[in-house]
Amino acid sequence: MLRFFLTRVGLLAPTFLGVTVVAFIFVRLIPGDPVEVMVGEMGISPERHAELLARLGLDLPLWEQYLRYLGGLFQGDLGVSIVTKQPVLHEFFTLLPATLELSFCAITAAILLGLPLGILAATRQGSAFDHTVMASSLAGYSMPIFWWGPLLIILFSGVLGWTPVSGRISLLYFFEPVTGFMLIDSLLSGEPGAFTSALGHLILPTIVLGTIPMAVIARQTRSAMLEVLGEDYVRTARAKGLPASRVIGLHALRNALIPVVTVIGLQVGVLMAGAVLTETIFSWPGIGKWMVDSIFRRDYPSVQGGLLLIAAIVMLVNLIVDLLYGLINPRIRHRN
Amino acid sequence: MQSQNNPRRFSVARKSFSLALVVAAFAVGGAAQAKTLVYCSEGSPEGFNPALYTAGTTFDASSNNIYNRLVEFERGSTRITPALARSWTVSDDGLEYTFKLRRGVKFHTTKNFTPGRSFNADDVIYSFNRQLNKNHPYHNVSGGSYEYFNGMGMPDLISRIVRVDSYTVRFVLSKPEAPFIANLGMDFASILSAEYAAAMLKAGTPERVDLDPVGTGPFQLVAYQKDAVIRYKAHPGYWAGRAPIDNLVFAITPDSSVRYQKLKAGECHVMPYPNPADLQAMDSDSEINLLRQEGLNVGYLAFNTMKKPFDDKRVRQALNMAVNKGAIIDVVFQGAGKPAKNPIPPTIWSYNEAIQDYPYDPQRARQLLREAGAANLKTNIWAMPVQRPYNPNARRMAELIQADWAKVGVEAEIVSFEWGEYLKRSKEGEHQTVLLGWTGDNGDPDNFLYVLLGCDAATGANRARWCYKPFDDLLREAKQTSDIAVRTRLYEQAQVIFKEQAPWVTIAHSVWFQPVRREVVDFRIDPFGGHLFYGVDLR
Repeated sequence: MLRFFLTRVGLLAPTFLGVTVVAFIFVRLIPGDPVEVMVGEMGISPERHAELLARLGLDLPLWEQYLRYLGGLFQGDLGVSIVTKQPVLHEFFTLLPATLELSFCAITAAILLGLPLGILAATRQGSAFDHTVMASSLAGYSMPIFWWGPLLIILFSGVLGWTPVSGRISLLYFFEPVTGFMLIDSLLSGEPGAFTSALGHLILPTIVLGTIPMAVIARQTRSAMLEVLGEDYVRTARAKGLPASRVIGLHALRNALIPVVTVIGLQVGVLMAGAVLTETIFSWPGIGKWMVDSIFRRDYPSVQGGLLLIAAIVMLVNLIVDLLYGLINPRIRHRN
Repeated sequence: MQSQNNPRRFSVARKSFSLALVVAAFAVGGAAQAKTLVYCSEGSPEGFNPALYTAGTTFDASSNNIYNRLVEFERGSTRITPALARSWTVSDDGLEYTFKLRRGVKFHTTKNFTPGRSFNADDVIYSFNRQLNKNHPYHNVSGGSYEYFNGMGMPDLISRIVRVDSYTVRFVLSKPEAPFIANLGMDFASILSAEYAAAMLKAGTPERVDLDPVGTGPFQLVAYQKDAVIRYKAHPGYWAGRAPIDNLVFAITPDSSVRYQKLKAGECHVMPYPNPADLQAMDSDSEINLLRQEGLNVGYLAFNTMKKPFDDKRVRQALNMAVNKGAIIDVVFQGAGKPAKNPIPPTIWSYNEAIQDYPYDPQRARQLLREAGAANLKTNIWAMPVQRPYNPNARRMAELIQADWAKVGVEAEIVSFEWGEYLKRSKEGEHQTVLLGWTGDNGDPDNFLYVLLGCDAATGANRARWCYKPFDDLLREAKQTSDIAVRTRLYEQAQVIFKEQAPWVTIAHSVWFQPVRREVVDFRIDPFGGHLFYGVDLR
């Protein structure tokens, strides 16, 4: 298992280096530069333009810019935002808890609903329930966030008035962020009603962000379960007279989980991508919205720093998934 | 530094503000003790020093509510009014502007800073010299790019600023510049505290001046959580009288349809930039007042007059006649615009009402093109990739113009680039015709005519690259005098020349829409597109 772990960790270093190159080049491939975007229609003289680019270090050859960036990176310095003049690392970690909180709730909801729905659909293959789950998950998977979000807001906030429209907590509450996780901070604040308010504000964004992962998990669970349920050892377990719950819960599910866990790991990337739109729609102050703003403003340090940190998070989660995969399936770790 | 990471400010603010908000929040519902106005703003400010930035979102969060300037624009108009300067005089040669400053003006008291004195000439000198003087200790703080100050030509214009006495300050200019007073009403000219700056410099944290603002304005910052909320409270010692509302909250809500839902649900009182598609519903909602006013802007199509055949005014006139502006107003602006005939909007003084626009006359256009030898012209139309108040859908506008021009035998290809690239390439004159526009900065005609059509701008903001001496001479003459009557006459003449020479197709002035809840009292649309909350009350 240790060797398996070390192999996986060893793969991270070159991947990470690759990401630094991609992030660095990607942001510079976008046409326009930060100075042009900043001055807009007002225009700027070529001399002043060159002066500002030089001040930002953007007049240097690309390789030199990259080496400086890499040098800073090794010292834990991701640079300073061109727009806000704040350290990128500071901005990222100020906003990250909001995204983590939302993503965690979304993936938890997706797993809690997707897994049982997939299992039940598999065990009732061909039934009306199965068809309903499959049709709903297909619809959920196809639902664009920019449409699904406003639709839920109009229905639940506008028409029914059951949920708040957007934000993380009611403007009534104003307390010092301790962890940055609103659910925890609202509890720590001791202000009556704050936790309920934070929870209420999470409902719609969680549904919107969790819909696609839930659909994927439900469909993957169903197909994996169907495959496993047709295996000889499951037939044998049934022939032995084991109760259905034991056959499904112990023998079938454990093996069916292997691809499902992989898919859950991959959903982290999907969540990060979905967070961009979800955060914009729900005025959720997270890194998705921050990244979009940074791209529009050609804030090179923020975009490349943000991409790098998001990639690091996705890689870390996938490492954990790989390790879990090894734990669930001994053949994997032995093969490695 | 975002205040989110400033626990000291939070804890203090919490005590004083939390209770106020709990009580005040009921204001949205009706019964209120403290009055809190919630504004669903469209984005986060880049910072809190307006001199460092150019975005309207940043100005709303800073200069429009936290700071004052020597002169300001009367609320809801472009008229200049005294503010921190109670009066001023201009020397006969137009080179010296002497301001008498208001006494007893108090700066905000914040957790980081307690003012030891009232506003005086030192604050004016600090605020301008920081931008003007490259050796000033604050010049390079927070990136040190003062693009509005530079863009308005202030470094070349201001020779020096003299402290005559504690309450008198004199600006000495290098040349007469009549719009100078209007320039001083702009956001970059906001007055910051020199005492606070000195204290922060001494403490080794000069950047705090730009992050934890201390101004003289009607509201003071209490807390800012990036991308979430900005909280202000009324400045109790505001020189013009305390604001009628007690607290002002910016609930940052980037999506316009979500802002509308929040307005409907009573989660905010005022929202900016409504979707054109929502306007009808807003207008018929009894809970919402849909305010409207003609914007201080112009949307236009500029011909590159340096390129053939657009160097021939007959071609330009013909293509003017070939555009059906009425259809553009209906389709692109969905009625929320007014056809433009002049390069300045009608809300600006010196707008020449007498000018007749080119009629929509494809037949005459075809004839003129034939006369100019451009009967089978092939050209391009550059369409902006972004939405702007003066052009909500440039692609659609370009398609309509393309179809109109096809009717007179002109084949036009629509071209677009990423926004930064679009601005850069059009500035370099790569286009043949380009769609663009302008929103006024200071209500002075010079800010449209000279900036967009003057010879000095012919390789910059003047996308028509049009340099016509009789026109330019009038603009230069108008800069030399502060006499409004004389300037009006000169600008009116300039507009006549502009129309005859037709370097642009003037397309439209958009109408600003401002939805507010009906309990909001005396909110006025700012012609410059800002959102100012001093003087606004809640029922």
